[in-house]
This record gives sequence, structure tokens and C-alpha cells, in this order.
Amino acid sequence: MRITCPYCGARGLEEFTYRGDATVTRPSSIDARATEAWVDYVYLRDNPAGLHKEFWQHSAGCRAWLEVARDTTTHEIVAVELAAKER
Amino acid sequence: MRYSLASLLANALTGNKNWKPVWREPEPKRSYDVIIVGGGGHGLATAHYLAKEHGITNVAVIDKSYLGSGNVGRNTTIVRSNYLLPGNEPFYEWSLKLWEGLEQDLNYNAMVSQRGVLNVFHSDAQRDSFVRRGNAMRFHGADAELLDNDQVRALVPFVDLDNARFPIRGGLYQPRGGTVRHDAVVWGYARSADQRGVDVIQNCAATGFRVEKGRIVGIETEKGFIGAKKVALSVAGSSSRVGEMVGLRLPIESHVLQAFVTEGIKPLLDTVITFGAGHFYCSQSDKGGLVFGGDIDGYNTYAQRGNLPVVEDVAEGGMALIPAIGRLRILRSWGGLLDMSMDGSPIIDRTDIDGLYFNGGWCYGGFKATPAAGWCFAHLIATGQPHPYAAAYRFDRFASGRVIDEKGMGAQPNLH
Ligand SMILES: Cc1cc2nc3c(=O)[nH]c(=O)nc-3n(C[C@H](O)[C@H](O)[C@H](O)COP(=O)(O)OP(=O)(O)OC[C@H]3O[C@@H](n4cnc5c(N)ncnc54)[C@H](O)[C@@H]3O)c2cc1C
Ligand SMILES: [Zn+2]
Repeated sequence: MRITCPYCGARGLEEFTYRGDATVTRPSSIDARATEAWVDYVYLRDNPAGLHKEFWQHSAGCRAWLEVARDTTTHEIVAVELAAKER
Repeated sequence: MRYSLASLLANALTGNKNWKPVWREPEPKRSYDVIIVGGGGHGLATAHYLAKEHGITNVAVIDKSYLGSGNVGRNTTIVRSNYLLPGNEPFYEWSLKLWEGLEQDLNYNAMVSQRGVLNVFHSDAQRDSFVRRGNAMRFHGADAELLDNDQVRALVPFVDLDNARFPIRGGLYQPRGGTVRHDAVVWGYARSADQRGVDVIQNCAATGFRVEKGRIVGIETEKGFIGAKKVALSVAGSSSRVGEMVGLRLPIESHVLQAFVTEGIKPLLDTVITFGAGHFYCSQSDKGGLVFGGDIDGYNTYAQRGNLPVVEDVAEGGMALIPAIGRLRILRSWGGLLDMSMDGSPIIDRTDIDGLYFNGGWCYGGFKATPAAGWCFAHLIATGQPHPYAAAYRFDRFASGRVIDEKGMGAQPNLH
């Protein structure tokens, strides 16, 4: 697998660190009523077979955090963008 | 047929032409008391113990492929009970006890080989943590011995004790650990379950579940609908995919673990050895090949194959521990689909759907757990109550904070 970093170009997998699912949202509340949302955010995953949006850091390169769309059944990388985009 | 010296002799004298297939190939019945989805080691062991310990024999095990096509036929066959945490150690020790009696129980040669498992350490701090682990094991009745360098040298004279970067300072040794022939475990459990009346149905994927008023009533399969009073999921790396069919969202990511085997050589390594400064473990198969592996690749995947950085990392670990390994050629490497849970520990539990049970989250360590997982899952299915040895393996531990995090890494599967 090679990931095309928007800053550095196509680089080998060994330069990147994986964080995981990029679709989960961190709850804004720390209220006890938000527990379920926190459990969801910290522990539960769709874990799809197919397209997966995920965070990678170019840790041995420019250190940018990237959001990568990758097919988990083929390892094909479909899209790479900076994670620090407007949300 | 019961295997015995007499049956071996009789078949040898008749040219080995009269051996019969060891299990039937039945078509599914219209319904069963219990359907187990997934014919890996865990599913088949569950069927065996359901029949043998609980007298429940109106059971089918269905698998989407051939028996042994999943992780159970892809692992590095290491069995041990050297865990630290109270939620884990009694379970794994029970599993090791079941391995010790398995061949008699199944009347099948699973080549259970208690050749010992040696974890070497490389620093004072690591020695302290291994001593703690060894003591925890002994508290739970497992065996553990702390070895100094001379003892390590006597056991494995070819390791690089004086490695400049990671000198070995000793080891934690579990003599009762070892290896088991993984395929034979599949075949032995399948044969035993079949002999007790369980239908083992291959090439029959579950494609959906039928739930009525909150209760499971059966499953859709490639061979049509099959009714069931209870359904038990045991599909390892496919847990989320199968769970999704019935609305289960799980604390699991699917990852790949690779393994490697070299050309066969004369007997060299008569124990299992693990490197403490990186991730590398190795044993020698009866054919003579060195079988080894290391870390998981570390990203979500269903591809059942890995990438080169881990190959390099494993090779480096091997060279640091056993420099002679560099003279060998690797014959084969492969990958298996792991169900990595968020705390690195498994789940054996009921679900919110009546009659639907779940066994999964075994990460890279579920082969050693095969007998006890089958034992405890069968107990849960038969009685509705968690088995005491698996009492900590519940879904609710994530919400309640009672996670079982052996490595202390947090909710990040690729760090476990
Ligand atoms: C390379 C590697 C090395 C390992 N080394 C070790 C080790 O040294 N020691 C150790 O303890 N553990 C080890 N493990 C882990 C261990 O192999 C697994 O945790 C364990 O085998 C999982 O349980 P199982 O045998 O039931 O899984 P599997 O054999 O994977 O069984 C799951 C079954 O479910 C079936 N299935 C999936 N979807 C469906 C469906 N829709 N319908 C019907 N059936 C379905 C699959 O076909 C499969 O046969 C290793 C794993 C790998 C990959
Ligand atoms: Zn970069």
C-alpha cells in the first residue's frame, strides 16, 4: 500500500500511522446523559467490508493528519485529503 | 469408527483402503434447536461441548466455506496460559487444561505438544513486569518459571544473548505451553460433533437472520431458510459483517495478521520462543519448517493478505533473536482475518435479541482459547448463564469501564 500525501506525494505505508475510523463523532457534552454517545464514539465501529474512511498520520514525513478513503476488501486507496479541512 | 491400535493395524493390513470419511455431508434439516454460524475451531468446539456436556445434539454448524478455511487453519498454533489479568487468566488456564485432555476426549490425535513457551526479556523493567505476570499465573494455578541467562542459553543455545542493542537478560518460561496441530483440532472437533449427531454443513453462508418479536427464529442461508430456537455466532474476523445482518454494531475492527514458514531443516528449536524487544514468535513444525509471525498490519481490512512493512519488521525481529534464521528461505506467507476488539479481549455473551448469542473479538490469540471458548459458549447457549470462567467477557464492560486491557493500550485495536 502507498498513500499519496497531499504535501509529500506517494509514499510507502511504513511512513504512516493508522488511527482508525474517521466517521465517528466525538460528543461535545461530558454530561452523564451523553454516556451512550461516548461509548459509541470510543468503542463501537461499523467496520465495513468495502469503502472505509479512516485517519492516517504521515508520521515519518510531514506529520500531517490525512483522511483516506480505502477499500478494505482490496486495499485500493480511493481518495486522500487533509483531515484539517472545513467540517 | 473409534481410533485405536487395533483399528490402525486392521487398516494397515488391508492396505488402508477401508478408512471412512470422518464426518457426514448432510443437507440442512428444516430446523434445529441450535444453529452455530461459523465452522472454525470455536464453532466446532461449541458443537462438541453442547452435545457432550449438555446433551444438546439437534444442532447444525454452518460455514460459508470448507472447514478450517478461516483463522483456525492459518494460525501459528501456539497455546499458553500466560495472561496477567484476573478476567483472563482462569479462562486461559482452563483452556490449557482442556488441551491437555483433548486427544482422549476426542479420540483424535491433535498433536498436542507441550514443548514450553519462552518469553525472553531484555531489561530490568521488563524482568519486573514478567515476574509480576509469572506470579499472577501461579496465583491462578498455572505454571511459570523465571529463567536466568544460563538457563535460557541451555534451552536455546542459538539465540543472540549478547545482542548489542537488545541483550537478553533472562526469560519467563511456561513449560506446559506449546503447540497443537491446528487442522487436526478442526477435524477432531468436527468428527466428534458429527458422531454425536451434529450436522456439519460446509459451503453454506449465512446471508440473513429472521427475528420475530425480538426473538430469533432462524437464519437465511445459501441453502435456504433454516429455523432455529437459538443461533450462535462464531465467525471471528467476519463478526461485524455478519452482525450487521442482524443490526449488531460491535466494538470490533477487522485486521490482518500474517504468518510465515521456512523450508524444512533438522530439529533446531524444541520450544516456542518470543522476542521481548520487538514482536516476533517462532516454533518449529514437525515437518521441520520454522513457523513465525509478529505484529498485525494495523489497519482495517478484509483482504486476508498483508503488506510488506510488517514482513520487514518480522524479519528484523527474527534476525535480532535468532541470527541463523537469515540463512533460511521463506517458503510461504499468508494472512488471516482477525476480529480485533477495542480492549484486546474477547466477548462471549447474549445479545439484545432473544436466542441470539455471540462469541468473538478473539484478536490474534483465539486458537489457544478454542477448547475453553467452546466450553463456555456451549454453557451460555445451554443454560442462558455466562460460565464463571468467561464472566468478564460481556458486552457491557465497555460502557461500564470494566475493560480487560492486558496491554494497557486503550481503545485502539492496532496497539493491542
Ligand atoms: C496468522 C495468524 C496467526 C495466529 N496465531 C495464533 C497463535 O499462535 N495462538 C493463538 O492462540 N491464536 C492465534 N491466532 C488467532 C486464532 O487463529 C483465532 O483467534 C481463532 O482461530 C478464531 O476462532 P475460529 O477458529 O473459530 O475462527 P475461524 O477459523 O476464522 O472461523 C470463523 C468461520 O466463520 C466462517 N464464516 C464467516 N462468515 C460466515 C457466514 N456469513 N456464514 C457462515 N460462516 C461464516 C468462516 O468461513 C470461518 O470458517 C492467529 C491468527 C492468525 C490469522
Ligand atoms: Zn506528508
